[in-house]
Amino acid sequence: MRIGVFICWCGSNIKNTVDVERVAQEIKKLPHVVYSSDVQYLCSEVGQSEIGRAIDEHKLDRVVIGACSPRMHEGTFQQVMISKGLNPFYVEIANLREHCSWVHTDKEKATIKSIDLVRKAVAKTKHAIPLYSEQLGVNKRALVIGGGIAGIQAAIDIADAGYPVDLLEKESSIGGKMAQFDKTFPTLDCSACILTPKMVEAATHKNITLLTSSQVEGVSGYVGNFNVTIRRRATSVRSDLCNGCGECVTKCPKKVDNEFDQGQSKRKAIYTLFPQAVPNKPVVDRENCTYFKTGKCGLCKRVCTAGAIDFDMQDELVERAYGAIIVATGFDLNKPTHLGEYHYGQHPDVITSLDLERMLNASGPTSGKVMRPSNGQKPKRVVFIQCVGSRDKHKGNPYCSKVCCLYTAKHALLLGEKFPDMESYIFYIDVRAAGKNYEEFYEKARRQGAKYLRGQVSKVESLGDAENRLLVRGFDGSLGEQVEIEADLVVLATSIEPKADAKQLASMLGISSDQNGFYTEAHAKLKPFETQTQGVYLAGVCQGPKDIPEAVTQASGAAAKAIIMFNKGQVKSVPTTAIVNQDLCSGCMQCKPVCPYEAISKEQVAERVAGQTRQRVVATVNRALCQGCGACAGLCRSGAMDIGGFTSRQLLAEVDSL
Amino acid sequence: MMHESFEPKLVAFCCNWCSYAGADLAGTGRLKYPENIRIIRVPCSSRVDASLVLRAFQNGADGVMIAGCHPGDCHYDTGNYHTRKRMVLLKSVLEFIGLSSERLLVKWISGNEADRFQATVESFTRELKQMGPYEKARDLRCAK
Repeated sequence: MRIGVFICWCGSNIKNTVDVERVAQEIKKLPHVVYSSDVQYLCSEVGQSEIGRAIDEHKLDRVVIGACSPRMHEGTFQQVMISKGLNPFYVEIANLREHCSWVHTDKEKATIKSIDLVRKAVAKTKHAIPLYSEQLGVNKRALVIGGGIAGIQAAIDIADAGYPVDLLEKESSIGGKMAQFDKTFPTLDCSACILTPKMVEAATHKNITLLTSSQVEGVSGYVGNFNVTIRRRATSVRSDLCNGCGECVTKCPKKVDNEFDQGQSKRKAIYTLFPQAVPNKPVVDRENCTYFKTGKCGLCKRVCTAGAIDFDMQDELVERAYGAIIVATGFDLNKPTHLGEYHYGQHPDVITSLDLERMLNASGPTSGKVMRPSNGQKPKRVVFIQCVGSRDKHKGNPYCSKVCCLYTAKHALLLGEKFPDMESYIFYIDVRAAGKNYEEFYEKARRQGAKYLRGQVSKVESLGDAENRLLVRGFDGSLGEQVEIEADLVVLATSIEPKADAKQLASMLGISSDQNGFYTEAHAKLKPFETQTQGVYLAGVCQGPKDIPEAVTQASGAAAKAIIMFNKGQVKSVPTTAIVNQDLCSGCMQCKPVCPYEAISKEQVAERVAGQTRQRVVATVNRALCQGCGACAGLCRSGAMDIGGFTSRQLLAEVDSL
Repeated sequence: MMHESFEPKLVAFCCNWCSYAGADLAGTGRLKYPENIRIIRVPCSSRVDASLVLRAFQNGADGVMIAGCHPGDCHYDTGNYHTRKRMVLLKSVLEFIGLSSERLLVKWISGNEADRFQATVESFTRELKQMGPYEKARDLRCAK
């Protein structure tokens, strides 16, 4: 065995804290190490060719790298091995940067630790076995979870590439949050005017199937071959028969709060989510429907000439197979009732930005009129409060919700345009207007007369006057003093938060969430579309607050990733799978129930013992299914089960070397 | 009693998907923690079997840490549940055969919890310093 060791300086990142030359020299003393050197940038072209040169010159058959985390450049160095005709699993990486030079300051101790870490990697690579991937077929059908703008964009892109897509939406219509908006910044495009054509395009596309009123109940399988269980909720309206005439909605006697209008209007118990809903077919809200509560009524059924109302309809569980899954589940908006200082929920004229958005919308609850909910009068002075629940973990969330600065500028602009006599005051921490034409847009709002007050609001309270107005107490940083502003309407820019059920979906998909509950991308900089689960991609705000163009960009990116996989038509199986040593296996099959992928099964083998042929039961692994977690290997009492790349001999050698 | 000059040896088995990534993030964030830890990467905390833990103690580790994903967050769905069961069992076996179970730490650290990783290494190292060198499980034949 001829091992070559390369210690990377990573410029000054490793070299400043670790004596790389000493590490290389110390390691050279180890048995089987025939070459050891330090290189300035090992991941660079020069560094890679240096490894290649050394492999040729010194006839190396194993390579140990001391550099950054294997999670960063393992693939890079495996490629070098492949280019030299060596198995990629004959390279082992010691993590000298993230786990050593960046977290320690004492050079002597960090150097000693580095020597230990490289020695550990050398010990491990001595027991390395060559591993190979298998080519697996791909089911060229995608599932997009969430029918907001991100999901719609992803679905259209994949469908345009010629692959079938199922677009799944929890609500009865696609459109998502964007359908609730009135105008979009910075162009003041009408939101519906740019969204509804996309919704129709998705619905009419020959490669897209809409699954509205549906939820994911379970996910199994792996990249290229997922099986998803979908619950299709009983809507009590047969979509194959309904012609969308709307007679049932007109006749329904039961009225309930309309969630789409933020509770500012009423809808019926049989309803379409909004007038431009896609598909534009009503659904029955069984929780509120009189028929489902009392067994009486059924008026909708009587007036339906198409016979589409079916009260006996049951939820349907369908199982579908997909090659790729795009998660575009969007976000919730915080209801700041827990923040007493804003008086939200206690005074009707304290509303959220989305409430105002609906009010501004011509097809909204007030037909585009802005009014005080308390008395229906036009407000003379509106106070906007930024960062409600954002940028302060004591008030909710430590992160910036990103879009509030701009949509508040938009609200101020729209109010100013519609009602030149209306005053807008905006309390803010900073204005974050990074984005194309965003700064200009914000400037425009200021120039038009919106009064920006840099400071936070300490209290909103009722003035107690005849008009039941509000008093906003806050701090104006530029004046350096407390200010009190009387207001007719207070608008809170509430924080963007992950969906309440984001966690459940994450655990079904095997993807992770960050400390704030947003889904984690595979790499913060270089893999914004992928997740840690191959074949599952992210789009939109479910991954973190972003505006519409960013959500659309990510959606197209995620779609491209799925299309690339479909175009290839094959995926490589995980090479680091379980390996059974059938000579040792006692056939106890304890490994079978712990396998999350059902990759282990029984096998009958024949063997000759004392001149006789005997049948014996042993475990066997389906390498296409195995993902290499090692739950079986951690449990095998005979020591027959191992994981490629993490065999017991390798791990024991690592422990022994320390 | 605090053994001031004593530097414990801490062997950590870290799940590739969570705590190993958390340790990477600690590095990226330039968080500082004691040099005593040596991290061994495993695909999942459930890959770790009792023999690895015992071998570490035998070889002179003063403490062993196994870090996996939070319950419900396992990259492989259920691995960390197996880890939890197995390590509870191993801890009671350690006690039964007269070894210290406090020197085996099982911790859930996600890929984003760099600060939790840092705090865990700091506190465990401090505790191990307090406990002093661990000779009991050491196999002299392994002495280097």
